[in-house]
This record gives sequence, structure tokens and C-alpha cells, in this order.
Amino acid sequence: MPKVKIPRKSTTIDMTAMCDVAFLLLSFFILATKQKPPEVLAVTPPNSVSAKAAPEKSILITLTKEGKVFLMLGDETKKADILSNINAAKGLNLSAAELNKWNKAPFIGVPLGQIKSMLSKQVEIPANKLPGIPCDSSNNEMVDWMKSVTNVYAGSDQRQLQEMLLIKGDNAALYPAFKRIKEAFKKNEIFKFRIVTNGESVPVGSELYLNPPKAN
Amino acid sequence: MAEMDTSSGGGHKKGPGVKKAKKLSTRVDLTPMVDLGFLLITFFVFTTTMSQSTAMNMNEPKDDSTQVLKVKNSGAMTILLGRGDQVYYYFGQLEADKLSEQFKSTTFKQIREVIVTKKKGTKIDDLMYIIKSDKNSTFRNAIDILDEMSICNVPPGHYAEVDMTATEELLIQKTEEANGIK
Repeated sequence: MPKVKIPRKSTTIDMTAMCDVAFLLLSFFILATKQKPPEVLAVTPPNSVSAKAAPEKSILITLTKEGKVFLMLGDETKKADILSNINAAKGLNLSAAELNKWNKAPFIGVPLGQIKSMLSKQVEIPANKLPGIPCDSSNNEMVDWMKSVTNVYAGSDQRQLQEMLLIKGDNAALYPAFKRIKEAFKKNEIFKFRIVTNGESVPVGSELYLNPPKAN
Repeated sequence: MAEMDTSSGGGHKKGPGVKKAKKLSTRVDLTPMVDLGFLLITFFVFTTTMSQSTAMNMNEPKDDSTQVLKVKNSGAMTILLGRGDQVYYYFGQLEADKLSEQFKSTTFKQIREVIVTKKKGTKIDDLMYIIKSDKNSTFRNAIDILDEMSICNVPPGHYAEVDMTATEELLIQKTEEANGIK
């Protein structure tokens, strides 16, 4: 019987192609993911079991650990209208150029009275040095801000506003500050808004875990 | 593709004493590089999906002093949030002579069981959780307790945030002093 010769084959494969694929995917994911906008204010929000993603375009009210309140009007909101509305309503006497400059600022964190002087300054003050929007029981400027916001989003746009209003608070912020923001909302007939939280899985064995709500 | 011709180029002849340079393969083992590539991919995929923040819906009631919601004593449970992540609670209405029996103190870890027990033992129409936050409680506490309501599947409309009364404030203060919570 003739011997059958099995030719020995090398077990090493050319990895080049696989390497190419790996790095192609890597570069794709890096480029495709949206960069988070740089966070000027470091805030750690509380956890919740809510699974709804926070909307991208938003009117965000940030409450820091120290109880300072900042307002961020997103790029896709009617920011310019809101700013000119509050300028007219509170008599801030801002020129068109100043309004334009203000429109470019990423967030609002000074009392209304200091806005003109802040805009005339050349150097930018770091976020942690800003006083925040006054939100005391005696002087709650959030009421004025929310008034301008509701004026701009009046009528048919109201639903849109509900989707956008977000409060993002730090874990350690004290409750009264949050309460005064809610009061500012209520005074302007805003009853629905959202709280930014960190997603958390539903605890195993809890009522919600056993009977999850039906998806609408 | 990744190979190059390394055999002596040029084709000029070498003398008899000159040793031929050993042919070195330029093939590199790419396995570790592939490993690294996929490791980075998994890393990026995981970190991007994990950091998404969520939004919790809030519905505030309209302040209207003409419409006062009447709650049955048997179905009401008041949850008070205090300093240092402490939770206090009582059922029904506070009665001056039975304060120490009624007013109980607990933590966020244990409050879920109390909420669930109350829910199971009460007719759903009568059920009402009244949440009151102290001025020393944090934003996190306020959100956590609302989250606790959704974890326990308490239907909306069966819990509400209400301002604290002076008696309750005093009670919390006393309990905090007694328990040494600062």
C-alpha cells in the first residue's frame, strides 16, 4: 500500500487583515461617537431607575454642591429670543453687540444686575468663581428667567418646552435650593419638567422589577 | 502584503570570503496588535454607552388653596427626610401623647420595606405617601425617595411632596440630637 503523505501546513495565519479590521473599527467608533460637551460645572447627579435618555437640546438648570444656580440655554433653543426678552423685561440696557456677545456665552451664572459689567470685561471668569443666579427666598431671579423662557415658548411651543426643561443637581446640594427652583417653575405655571440622573438598574426583587410597566 | 523582498538587491557579486548575509524575515507577529485593537474597541464601546445620563419626569401639583386633598388617616404614611441621609416616618396623624411610638427613624436602605408593607396592607384608593424634606436634607435624598416610589410601583397621584410643619421639624431636631447626627 502506498503511503499517503500529508503535507505539513504552517498554523500561523497572516494577521495583517485582522489587524486592519480591528483598527478600522476602532477609528470608526472613536470618530462616530459624539463628544460630550465640556462640562464647566462639575456636578454628580443622583441615581434613578428611570430609563429615559436625557434630551439633547435642553434648557438646563444646574445646581452645584454649594447651592449656586446656573442656567444653560442649549444651542438649539431660542436662546437669542430669551436673552432679548429678559433684556427688555428687566431693563438691562444691553446693546445689540452686547446681546450678541452674551449669546455666545455657554451659560449664565451672574445676577441680572452684574451682566452688563461682566460683558464689558475682557477676561473670562472661571465658572467656580461666578456667584450663580441668585435664588433666595427674598430675591429669586430664577422666576424672572423662567418668565422670559415661558414668554418665548408661549402657545403651541409649550409642549416643546416641557421636553426641554431639565434640572441637574449635585448629590450634596441642599434641598431648599432645589425647592426654590421648583417655586420659580410653579410661579410661571410650569408643572412638568425633568431631573437629570444617572441610570441605575432596577433592584432585583422589587415591585418594579416583578411588574415592569408596559411600554407605551 | 506585509513582506518585503530582502534578498540581496542589486545583484552584484560578492567575493569568495564574504559571507552571505542571513535572510531575515520582516514578518512580524501581529497577534498582540490585533488583541490591543479589539481591547480598545471594547473599551470605547462600553464607556460610551455607560455614561448616558437619564431623565426622570417630575410632575408638580398646582398650588391651589381652595382644593385641599383629604387623606384618610388609615392610608397615610408621612416620610420625612432629615440630615445625614436619615429617614423618619409615621403613619396617619401625629398625636401628642403617642409621639415616641409613632415617630420612627430609619435609613434609605430600610425604607423600601416599610413602603411596600404599607402598600400591601392598604386599599389602593386610600393609599397616600406624604414626603417632606427637611432643610438639611440633600437634593439626592429628595430624588432618592421619589425613585423609591417608582421602585415600589406606587402609582402617580398616591405620593406628594409637602412642606414640613414646625412640630415635625422640632421632632427631627430632637431625634437628631438624641442619635448624635450632625
